Amino acid sequence: MRRLVSDTLVIAERNLVRLPRAPELLVAFTVQPIMFVLLFRYVFGGAIKSPGYSYADFLIPGIIVQNIAFGGFVTALGLNEDLHKGLIDRFRSLPMARPAVLAGRTLADVVTNSLSATILICTGLLIGFSFHTSFAEAIGGFGLLILFGYAFSWVFAFLGMLVSTPEAANSVGFIAVFPLTFISSAFVPVQSMPEVLRAFAEVNPFTITVDAMRSLWLGAPAHNNVWGAVVWAVAIIAVFAPLAVARYRRAAGQ
Amino acid sequence: MPTGSDPAIVNAAARSSSPTQGRIGPAVSVHGLVKSYGSVRALCGVDLEVAHGTVLGLLGPNGAGKTTIIRILTTLLKPDAGSAQVDGLDVVRDAAKLRQRIGLAGQYAAVDENLTGLENLTMVGRLYGQPRAAAKRRGNELLERFELTDAANRPTKTYSGGMRRRLDLAAALVARPPVLFLDEPTTGLDPRSRLQLWETIERLVAEGTTVLLTTQYLDEADRLASEIAVIDHGRVIAEGTADQLKDRVGGERLEIRLGDPAQTGAATAALASMTDDTPIADADLVTVGVRHRGGAIVEAVRRLDQAGVAVEDIALRRPTLDDVFLALTGHAVESNDSDLEDAA
Repeated sequence: MRRLVSDTLVIAERNLVRLPRAPELLVAFTVQPIMFVLLFRYVFGGAIKSPGYSYADFLIPGIIVQNIAFGGFVTALGLNEDLHKGLIDRFRSLPMARPAVLAGRTLADVVTNSLSATILICTGLLIGFSFHTSFAEAIGGFGLLILFGYAFSWVFAFLGMLVSTPEAANSVGFIAVFPLTFISSAFVPVQSMPEVLRAFAEVNPFTITVDAMRSLWLGAPAHNNVWGAVVWAVAIIAVFAPLAVARYRRAAGQ
Repeated sequence: MPTGSDPAIVNAAARSSSPTQGRIGPAVSVHGLVKSYGSVRALCGVDLEVAHGTVLGLLGPNGAGKTTIIRILTTLLKPDAGSAQVDGLDVVRDAAKLRQRIGLAGQYAAVDENLTGLENLTMVGRLYGQPRAAAKRRGNELLERFELTDAANRPTKTYSGGMRRRLDLAAALVARPPVLFLDEPTTGLDPRSRLQLWETIERLVAEGTTVLLTTQYLDEADRLASEIAVIDHGRVIAEGTADQLKDRVGGERLEIRLGDPAQTGAATAALASMTDDTPIADADLVTVGVRHRGGAIVEAVRRLDQAGVAVEDIALRRPTLDDVFLALTGHAVESNDSDLEDAA
């Protein structure tokens, strides 16, 4: 267990140390989300009705959840690269804890996700977003956000081990996750959607998590969304972490 | 090679992280190893043995099963049948313990391109369980030894192919493993980097490290390996020293290049009684196996002169491992099917 923790930290450090040396990654974590916030706020914002809230207030919890779900993309790409460049073979020939390669990778995502979420919150505050709740609730919302991002890191870890090339990871991940984030309450109220989409949107974990964020940051009625979001995140981890680890053992065993 | 029988000495050697000394039994022993990928049999019962402090070269074409053997011995892959021990530890049962005592370097140069040379080695050291400071110290030591000190703090994506391969080998040596596995260590390297790597491997062996390496290059096996196992289609088809293998193909032979290809008939007739088998003529080249090295050239020239055959060039040649491979498998090294190995 102690080895698992220390090996996980070594791998997480490895993935963070390289960040400043890969400018394209830094851009992906900072400039890109800011760009999306500005686009939605000023291009679509005027046309979208968000009853009860200004669009800036409505948008920030939604776009921040979408952004954090994609934070795990580096995990998919990074693991796939490690697999093909023989690094996974090296790690497996070392006396290190087996799950540490994946656990370290996803832990590094927690750090980059926190950075990226903080940048988004600051951008939001500049364009008119404000917290309508207590400090404790706001922090709770941030915690939920990080947990949700962590869950998706495991989805991407599995994906990265599953597909044959980084390009495939990119397109599969995009095709699978992108529509999920849009058919939700992230950018528009679900009431505005056609019936079938709306039925899907209402059970979509993105909707549940975005609604939970709105209740923790804006004081929107919580219903069971906060607990629902936590359960979803834990369930995603419970399913995808073992899948990813199993895939890691198999993919590397060939 | 010292082989102490005192159990206390043996235990001390097992605990120390220096290259093996005084261990009993072979460094690597493999019995009846079988491995299939789906319906493709990659290994069909391989037996091998490597003595401490020696180099075994696994020689074979792509797809022969060499990489599969390395992957099983380094615990990356479980065999379907058979058993293997490395440094006295079973590769399946004692896998976790064994990983402390082996080093693996391969054809892919498995280093993180975004980390510096020093960061790469420090990371590997820490994953072996060393504290950060010790891992860093060992990393610097290895960089020095592999002449990478100047590049220690540069991301390895700026390294040349040879430098990466050296760093990869250095990473395999972080924990001073007594047994080292090298999977095609020089594939794709330029001749100068290749020679450098050979010299490094020779130094390691001189210090007592046991090495098992795979190669498709006959000159590499010839130069580095004390014993060679020739692998083809998942089987060991021949084993021995380079000289023993060459002897199996036959002794030395005379190669005679004629001035006029039309005279091959006359040449083979004149030389026939010098050899036990028939002289072989191919265009203007006549090859004759000889019984006795001494005087063979003089004798051949005298006979050809008497027969009025003009000789362009004549040389006595020892068989190369290329000849060995051709004789053993019926096909040349380069022309084997390569449908399997990369999947392996």
